[in-house]
Amino acid sequence: MAATPAAATQATAASSRALLSGNEAISRAVWESGVAVAAGYPGTPATEMLETLATFPDLYVEWSVNEKVSLEVAIGASMAGSRSFCAMKHVGMNVASDALMTLTLTGANGGLVIAVADDVGLSSSQNEQDSRYWGRFAHLPVFEPSDSQEAYQMAKAAYLLSEEYQVPVLLRLTTRICHVKGMVNIGERVPHEAAGFAKNARRWVMVPGHAKERLPLMFEREQTLRSVSEESPFNFVTEGSDSRIGFVASGPVWMHVRETFPDAPLFKLGFSCPVPLEKIRAFAATVDRLLVVEETEPLVEMELKAAGIACLGKDVLPKIGELAPEILRPAVARLFGETLPEPALKPAKVFPRPPTMCVACPHLGVYYTLAQLKNVTVAGDIGCYTLGAGHPWNALDSTISMGASMGVALGLDKGRGASDRDRKIVAVIGDSTFMHMGMQGLLDITYNRGNVTVLLLDNRTVGMTGGQDNPASGRDIHGLGSPRVDFAKLCEALGVAPERIRKVDPYQLPVLFKALREETKIPGPSVIITDRPCVLIDDYESLKPYTVISDKCTGCGNCVDIGCPAIHVNRREKVVKPSGKEVELQFVDIETAACTGCGLCLQPCAPDAIVAAVPVHTINFVKKL
Amino acid sequence: MNTKTTNILVVGIGGQGVMTATEILAEAAISLGHDVKKTEVAGMAQRGGVVSSHLRFGAKVLSPQISPGEADLIVGFEAAETLRWIHYLRPGGLVLMNTARLVPPVVSGGLYDYPEDPVAEIRAQGIEVYAFDAMAIALELGDVRLGNTVMLGAIADHLPFPADVLLDSILRRFRTRKPEMVDVNASAFASGRAAVVHSEQTPQRHGAGCEAVLT
Repeated sequence: MAATPAAATQATAASSRALLSGNEAISRAVWESGVAVAAGYPGTPATEMLETLATFPDLYVEWSVNEKVSLEVAIGASMAGSRSFCAMKHVGMNVASDALMTLTLTGANGGLVIAVADDVGLSSSQNEQDSRYWGRFAHLPVFEPSDSQEAYQMAKAAYLLSEEYQVPVLLRLTTRICHVKGMVNIGERVPHEAAGFAKNARRWVMVPGHAKERLPLMFEREQTLRSVSEESPFNFVTEGSDSRIGFVASGPVWMHVRETFPDAPLFKLGFSCPVPLEKIRAFAATVDRLLVVEETEPLVEMELKAAGIACLGKDVLPKIGELAPEILRPAVARLFGETLPEPALKPAKVFPRPPTMCVACPHLGVYYTLAQLKNVTVAGDIGCYTLGAGHPWNALDSTISMGASMGVALGLDKGRGASDRDRKIVAVIGDSTFMHMGMQGLLDITYNRGNVTVLLLDNRTVGMTGGQDNPASGRDIHGLGSPRVDFAKLCEALGVAPERIRKVDPYQLPVLFKALREETKIPGPSVIITDRPCVLIDDYESLKPYTVISDKCTGCGNCVDIGCPAIHVNRREKVVKPSGKEVELQFVDIETAACTGCGLCLQPCAPDAIVAAVPVHTINFVKKL
Repeated sequence: MNTKTTNILVVGIGGQGVMTATEILAEAAISLGHDVKKTEVAGMAQRGGVVSSHLRFGAKVLSPQISPGEADLIVGFEAAETLRWIHYLRPGGLVLMNTARLVPPVVSGGLYDYPEDPVAEIRAQGIEVYAFDAMAIALELGDVRLGNTVMLGAIADHLPFPADVLLDSILRRFRTRKPEMVDVNASAFASGRAAVVHSEQTPQRHGAGCEAVLT
């Protein structure tokens, strides 16, 4: 179970001030707005919104199996007249967009707010996208807060706007909003009665005839919202004495611009779609040059230029990553032909410290085994196990999107070239990703008789985002019992032959190796389910730690290939084998305080140098934050 | 109240308690009526990756991010990690660092080298450093998890507010969540303060770090 980030939120009395992250501030505002239903799927940096809401009373909160379902749940609740909320990361909106693009035609009944969090700077995502496009694509209003306080205010205002214009509202967040803490003035919950569902097929049943009636209404609404945006208090000017350059900025970069250029006139774009063109046109007339500062795409810049408002933007600033003060300052200096003084200290050269799999992670055995297999292509997926692409396993050949391992594996099978004729195709997917979007892919494999061996890594949680519950854990968002999915039965129902479905213990390397070798040899689809809980969740039980008898260690390095962070190389030695081949020996020890006794490393140890140890201290690194 | 914003950068690796320590510092600043912003770069913090936590407080804080060359104080929970972020220090800023080394698999596996002497490398740039083994102190007190409180004790006399304010913030947390841990954390805090006084090399001068922002 994840920590409860909302502890502080909940304990705070009404009408007081609290230090809240953007995620917590939005959750607080959602709760205070009388929202009855909130749904989402975990994803950095959005996860804590639902986690926080789950600690509040008097509303229904769920982890949905994917973002599309979560939006559909929110739509249903809105149809029933309840206020509803939906939160997801940027790539989640791609999944939910099928529902979104029709929701914009029906509109909302009870207030509906969708928080979508862009991982600007790629702290934990497979791509970087600008979710403000959805506002343009779906013709929906977009709010962009600049800090926690504003996130709170905008979430509240979004419900009022949503109900006044019967329109879903997008709250566009970035990592630098979601995970930044700031002081927020908070209030109390005001209950909101559900009006109840009124049958109206022309409103809610989007067949072509009805949709044709709704389309003009959508465009009328967009026109109306443009005039609302022109008058919105979220769009305002901060005067400045130096009018050589003026800025238009939205989101967290508005704070950076204010801090970096305190004397410059600044247009704050909070209600950022539809863009308040006339208000910005008037502002542009007061400055010599106008620079649009936006993360990440040149969206506002293009719209201003199309409206005949001259401005600078991505010709000066990067389209990639965060526009932090240290990016803005030199870019603007260059505009004026100025050079900034050299920094006093230069960055030091230090090794990279990429994220690693945890000590005793059940995935370690899986990637150790995959690395041993020859002539295999491994289609990977999204989760902790994506780290299998890294050192020392290098045992994963693709990662695209949630559930993509299935389809990609089938495509690798069907599209194989002459040189790939004898290649085995393996797909690796975690339990949560499988339920999110992988099940349909497996059905496609069985239906089309693909030659794919699926490794379904069931660790009973959403590991990468901190151990959220899901149908594989058999617990709901509150930790209460709910039906646990039976993956073997599910795979059988999807068409995998029962004798081709195996459940194995990923701590048993020989069993795993044998299962993989046998299943990849036989044509047709097969599924190997690895069955061990994630070390970060309560289901995991630590065993007695191991240690290395130094005198017995021959430096073979087999245990190092497991990739467990508790195994350290203490000495290297180059030797020449009788064959004339030079090899490097790696003598190891085990950080006993970190070891939880999974026993993976002693299995490949040739000289049996790894033995049980007497624990000295418990250590908290990596495990259980 | 002075309008200057105090910038503290706390760095380390995922799982060390960097974010919690910064949170406690933030609570102390809030208790004195400051505006506070706190931000992290910690995408995969639970996976042993790099964590840097920015804390800014003062009369009114705008951007949550500390820029390179602007940190008044760098608090390093791990030796090489302190070196990694050293260019964030402002001229005349202060470094308080744990000398404990946490070696990642890419170093253990022989792909990269661990810096030979991170403390010396920082000092060579004319930077004032207090260095001590917080992990050893915590283990001596019986629990490596106390390292977090040892670090907070170490910086307590280098903040723009009295050490007791920080101690109160720490103990308040434990009083409500784990009352049995109050005494041992108070000891860890005191050990951290003492460690700085006896740290491995006397710094060149005293009183650097944050300028007093309270009047």
